[in-house]
Amino acid sequence: MCPGPRQAMSEQKQMAGEDNIAYTLGPMQAGPICCDPQPLIQVEDLSLHYGAKAALDRVTLDIHRGCITALIGPSGCGKTSFLLSINRLTDLIPGCRITGRIRIDGRDIHDPLCDVQTLRRRIGMVFQKPIPFPLSIHRNIELPLHEHGITRRADTGPIIEQVLQDVGLWNEVHDRLHSPALRLSGGQQQRLCIARALALNPHILLMDEPCSALDPLASGIVEDLISRLSGRYTIVIVTHNLAQAGRIANYAAFFWTKGQAGQLVEFGRCRQIFESPSHELTAAYVNGVRG
Amino acid sequence: MATLKSIHACRDRFAQFAIYTAAFMVCAAFVWILSDLVLGGAAHLSWDFLVDSPRDAGRAGGIGPILVSTGLVLMVALMAALPLGWTTAVLLAEYISADSSFGYAVRYSLHVLACVPSIVFGLFGNAFFSIYLDMGFSILSGGLTLACMLLPILISTADAGLRAVPDTYRLSAAALGMSRTTTLFRLLLPAASPSLAAGLLLGTGRAVAETAALLFTSGYVDRMPGSLLDSGRTLSIHIFDLSMNIPGGDARAHASALVLITALLLLNVAAMRLAAGWQRRRITE
Ligand SMILES: Nc1ncnc2c1ncn2[C@@H]1O[C@H](COP(=O)(O)OP(=O)(O)O)[C@@H](O)[C@H]1O
Ligand SMILES: [Mg+2]
Repeated sequence: MCPGPRQAMSEQKQMAGEDNIAYTLGPMQAGPICCDPQPLIQVEDLSLHYGAKAALDRVTLDIHRGCITALIGPSGCGKTSFLLSINRLTDLIPGCRITGRIRIDGRDIHDPLCDVQTLRRRIGMVFQKPIPFPLSIHRNIELPLHEHGITRRADTGPIIEQVLQDVGLWNEVHDRLHSPALRLSGGQQQRLCIARALALNPHILLMDEPCSALDPLASGIVEDLISRLSGRYTIVIVTHNLAQAGRIANYAAFFWTKGQAGQLVEFGRCRQIFESPSHELTAAYVNGVRG
Repeated sequence: MATLKSIHACRDRFAQFAIYTAAFMVCAAFVWILSDLVLGGAAHLSWDFLVDSPRDAGRAGGIGPILVSTGLVLMVALMAALPLGWTTAVLLAEYISADSSFGYAVRYSLHVLACVPSIVFGLFGNAFFSIYLDMGFSILSGGLTLACMLLPILISTADAGLRAVPDTYRLSAAALGMSRTTTLFRLLLPAASPSLAAGLLLGTGRAVAETAALLFTSGYVDRMPGSLLDSGRTLSIHIFDLSMNIPGGDARAHASALVLITALLLLNVAAMRLAAGWQRRRITE
């Protein structure tokens, strides 16, 4: 199995050290140095259809352990669909069909022996719009913990405090944990959603444009948070903000709609994608949006 | 310019007048009914009226046994209809895709059922529960007939309530590895509770006010019921009988109607409070 966050952290510290090759644009607050990329999520020939309509066409891609991988590309090219197929949320969408293979830590997620609930517990997801449940702040985090058998107050209390600390929300809400989560501001709600996902101790975080519904200030706070989380978690983030991708990601994958379906055009280290893309579509997109 | 302006002003004033008149007429109708009932019935209202048995075919005495029968019929109806209706609604809203032909067929038949006049339910209840299942004229048979009538209301309100809960809750609950059952009981049903309460209220109101469906099923007997298999006369049937069949029963009919309306109003307020309270608790819990 994948090491837990804390374990991963210490591994990271050992891994870092020597040659500080930065694969990212701009300064990285606390990222790992991915000098020894190990694939954690291996996607092979993934095609996805909604009814008769194809959304993804034969995507093959490795996502590396402990790194942040940014998915970029225009709207409708299947980035969200790609994320949803990693934690099998596509099972919930009527008419959605998947072919190809996705392995996490070497195990096929479509294996009948694979328990979906456990799989999803180990993969946190943050959506574009913050989706706090209409419950109290405390209960929002406690409910999923209860579901996974962590029910004693002595256990849940420290976890809830820890994850709220991790997302920098503790100081803002510790005196009103039992007030409605819906009363928080948008940025706070999004951080609560991240905390809720972290509470289950996942090893992968999927983030679908986590900052796009937030104002620039809140967006900056969430972005800082994400870069602090890198290394402890393997993060796949969809973003339309290329500057943001450049700041926080180690790898980037560029998707584009060819014909009807989205395809992976180019995948590589973030710097390479941004500075010397090998595909002309990538170059056009990266420069077009920049300039 | 000036004329155009005055035409506009004139039109506005006319529209305003029409809107106020309509609203006033609605209020006036309600006030008229209520004042008629109060004027005709309030004099006979007393604690004794509520607990005594009717005497002289209802011209004298009270409505004690009738209230008990009404309560029992309502209890039977809700106990049969709530579990069945809400489970069906969960099935429709959560387990069957919106455009499946089965879901469509069930919803369509519910719409049809909701339009069936209550006298038809009465005849069906009489044939099926009273005669075929041999329950005779009884509170049980009346309650079950009412349950059939309530099902469409309970199912469609709960179904609509569950459907109105945003899909994003289901997705993000699933993304947290929560099971369908937990999601249903901890998130979806609480989020739909105002609709469930509204359905319960509508259903109860309809059941308490129902006459035709009970004529041939729970019957007329105005004695205190000894068991659910006894016949029992409900409040609305009592009102109907007093005003149609009993000369000189008008005053008691008014008083009974006043009790019925008061009960319905209280029910309304209680249900609203309940729904508001649920919502508050669900958010702050
Ligand atoms: N539930 C759905 N049913 C049918 N088509 C869908 C559904 N979700 C997405 N699509 C389609 O699949 C394509 C890819 O969508 P999506 O993965 O959301 O792209 P992106 O996140 O890159 O904007 C789009 O053309 C979209 O219209
Ligand atoms: Mg998207």
